Amino acid sequence: MTEREVKAGVKQLSPIDVYMLLPRTNCKECGEANCMAFAAKLVNREASLEQCPPLLKKEHEDSYKKLQEMLAPIIKEITIGTGEHAVKIGGKLVMYRHEFTYHNPAPIAFDVTDEMPLHAKSSEEEAVIDRVKKVENFLYNYIGRDLRLDMIAVRSTSNDPTTFKSAVEAVTKATDLPLILCSFDPSIMEAGLIAASGRKPLIYAATKDNWKEMADLALMYECPLAIFAPNDLNLLRSLSKTMSEYGVEDLVLDPGTFPDEGVSATINNFTMVRRTACKSGDRLLGFPLIGTPITTWFGEKAPKETLAWKEAYLASMLMSRYADILIMRSLDGWVQLPTVIWRFNIYTDPRKPVSVDPQLYEFGKPNEMSPVFLTTNYALTYFTVESDLKSFGGDYYLLVADTEGISVESAVAGRYLTAEKIAEAVKNSGVAEKIKHKYLILPGMAARLSGETEEELKNVGLHGWRVIVGPRDSSGIAKLLNEKWPPKEGEEE
Amino acid sequence: MVEKEKKADTKLDELLKLLGLESGRDIELEDVELNIGEIILDSSALTSAALKGITPPAMKAAAPPSVKPTTILEAPFTPFVQEYPGKIREVTLGATKSQGGSRGKPVTIGGATTPAFYLFEQTPPNPPVISVDVFDMEVTLPKAIRTYVEDVWHDTAAWAKRAVDQWGAKVLTIHLLSTDPLIKDTSPAEATKTVEEILQAVDVPLIIGGCGDPKKDAAVFSKVAEMAEGERVLLSSVTLDMDEAGVLDTVTKAAAKYGHLVLGFTALDLNRAKELNRKIADHLPEDDILMDLTTAALGYGLEYSFTIHERARMAALMGDTELQHPVLSGTTNAWAAREAWMNLGPEWEPRNLRGPLWETVTALSLLLAGVDLFMMMHPDAIKTMQRVTQQLMTKGEAKPENIANWVSARI
Repeated sequence: MTEREVKAGVKQLSPIDVYMLLPRTNCKECGEANCMAFAAKLVNREASLEQCPPLLKKEHEDSYKKLQEMLAPIIKEITIGTGEHAVKIGGKLVMYRHEFTYHNPAPIAFDVTDEMPLHAKSSEEEAVIDRVKKVENFLYNYIGRDLRLDMIAVRSTSNDPTTFKSAVEAVTKATDLPLILCSFDPSIMEAGLIAASGRKPLIYAATKDNWKEMADLALMYECPLAIFAPNDLNLLRSLSKTMSEYGVEDLVLDPGTFPDEGVSATINNFTMVRRTACKSGDRLLGFPLIGTPITTWFGEKAPKETLAWKEAYLASMLMSRYADILIMRSLDGWVQLPTVIWRFNIYTDPRKPVSVDPQLYEFGKPNEMSPVFLTTNYALTYFTVESDLKSFGGDYYLLVADTEGISVESAVAGRYLTAEKIAEAVKNSGVAEKIKHKYLILPGMAARLSGETEEELKNVGLHGWRVIVGPRDSSGIAKLLNEKWPPKEGEEE
Repeated sequence: MVEKEKKADTKLDELLKLLGLESGRDIELEDVELNIGEIILDSSALTSAALKGITPPAMKAAAPPSVKPTTILEAPFTPFVQEYPGKIREVTLGATKSQGGSRGKPVTIGGATTPAFYLFEQTPPNPPVISVDVFDMEVTLPKAIRTYVEDVWHDTAAWAKRAVDQWGAKVLTIHLLSTDPLIKDTSPAEATKTVEEILQAVDVPLIIGGCGDPKKDAAVFSKVAEMAEGERVLLSSVTLDMDEAGVLDTVTKAAAKYGHLVLGFTALDLNRAKELNRKIADHLPEDDILMDLTTAALGYGLEYSFTIHERARMAALMGDTELQHPVLSGTTNAWAAREAWMNLGPEWEPRNLRGPLWETVTALSLLLAGVDLFMMMHPDAIKTMQRVTQQLMTKGEAKPENIANWVSARI
């Protein structure tokens, strides 16, 4: 085994190299026009090798293996859990987001302990089932997508195998979410693994003291294994090597998450590990990283809100700096909201703005006197307006102009949204034939285009149209309609 | 098969018969406790019987032919480090009396020679700095912020003093919002008077914020530059729109003549940022230029800001001289996100934590992307940023013993 075998990064991998190993019959079974097009898709990670049936035949076995190797991500992809509830972590192809889309949004696990009661007796008390249900029920709708929490981490604070076993059993009965089992004691871990049989939890964690027993458990129960080497990258790498040689293939690395004065070491360790994996192609470090913002709760003594605050910002920093999975404690909405939104954001494709189709959308049952709003096709703008219009519950037309996925303010500043474009959009949408009034409501952020827009509407043959300037935030639309709709003749002079 | 295993297999078959099941069939046992130890089975027997649901479930992985290690195999870690041909310029805001101004503590930013906080390569020469926003008129502010300034927002100088004395602002931004022709259209002379008052009220370096109208800003900046000669204020900001309106040179010439700095603002577009920097440099030394590449709020496009800052910093370090200017983030934009201030229901409360956390996360994300100067507003967000910045500037302080046993720690 060559430890320092350098893998080709996404940048160096060319479709030609991939093409040369494909059957090159242009059979189209993959759905692409030819093998070259399929090769391009493979390089962009928009297709998988399994979509090429001929390649899976015996005669192409060598090529298939070579391609698998060639396309393997720098950071190994590891599965925790089984079936439809499994989560994949890692699988990163690059270090920086601008190089290529990050894969596998980092799942967030929340802890329960084997000493918590199953159900709370008071509202203050923390309880296993209550916390599990909170994780399962967390939901925030952000630009049309449901953001959720992901996993349960069961910790043994009792240090007793039987107690841990029954806690894990209770959790497995309560939820199908993937699990992390946390103990440094192999006999406790085994009790948990027995209880979580068939669930393929992540074993947290192997240390310099228990590594052999933990490795045996990982092999025996076929579970991925985390290595915990707090602030000791020599040990982390040595244990990675040892585990690999021992036969444990699915590893997760934890260089330690240190709150407060340890933030610097934490961020530096995560960065060094990821960078060395990506830039030197160091395979011993090419595994997902686990961050544990939960450790803020075991650091400096402080009020609950202070600790939750620290945990929240530490989580966001680790999300930016290469954590592939997190363990947290606070389930407060104000703590989790920025974390799950930031996660959603940095895992989007950096090359294209999130956008919706520019066209005329109808809400409710709009008639000839319904108001016509205009907005941009940046997904966030659109879904914000959409959710407001829906919550007001009336009948509207919403005309979405093509601003190449840019928000109103930036689109106006960068001339992606101009009076000319607005007039064209109105004309092409055919909305003028559906209504009897001649009013267009512009977003408040585009107020400065209002005069010019009336002129441009004339130029495309829409005479007598007027512009009403709407609110800067679409939550103000209800108020605007109350005050200004239906418009009285002459009022908008 | 060895004798012992055969025996075990037979025993297992017997057991299965007892259970009314045949060997070789997949079965699932629910709520049945088996004490494996008592039946003297070995694992291969279990596997051959294809028993599911009885532990241990798998033994097949006993495969690796090589010898398993018995001690930890030493594999020391060597970090990948890199040399960068480029370096970010060092820029000083404010000037002391002996330097021709009247500021007590000028502030130097920039000078980075590595990506942000790569302490394993080089500790940054200057820590990123926070400038606190104040306005020359009453503005619409989220309640979470308003609480802290309500009593002073008709007295800009008092507001400025609070930001410096109580919140530890190292730099202060006075936004001359009232100069907007669509708001109050305050004259350049009046705006200059406001700046003069602030210069007397506090002794930190100033950033002069315009209203966004290219021509008006040019007129205001020129006048302020003349009055504040030698103070090294930062004029925020100039744009390509100013160039199109033919007024960019007025500002850059005034800045050069009276010894100030200029901030070039572009909207998430590095080519335009470079173009603007070139135009500013026609009249102003390159060491007096800062960039604002646009800060979008968390949830409202922060990822675009994050990525453009990472790209800009990397390009600068790799030698693109037109991007080697320190960068400023208008982090207060975080409050544009409705998640920062809106009532979303009881499960997302309290807003007086959610709001400042929104500003904090926006700031920290850009801190890690390489921003040198932050415009901020909420005292709690400012405090956290000051603290984390200081922590990130210091190498090593991790105490493994503090978290060594976190998995079994009680809260």
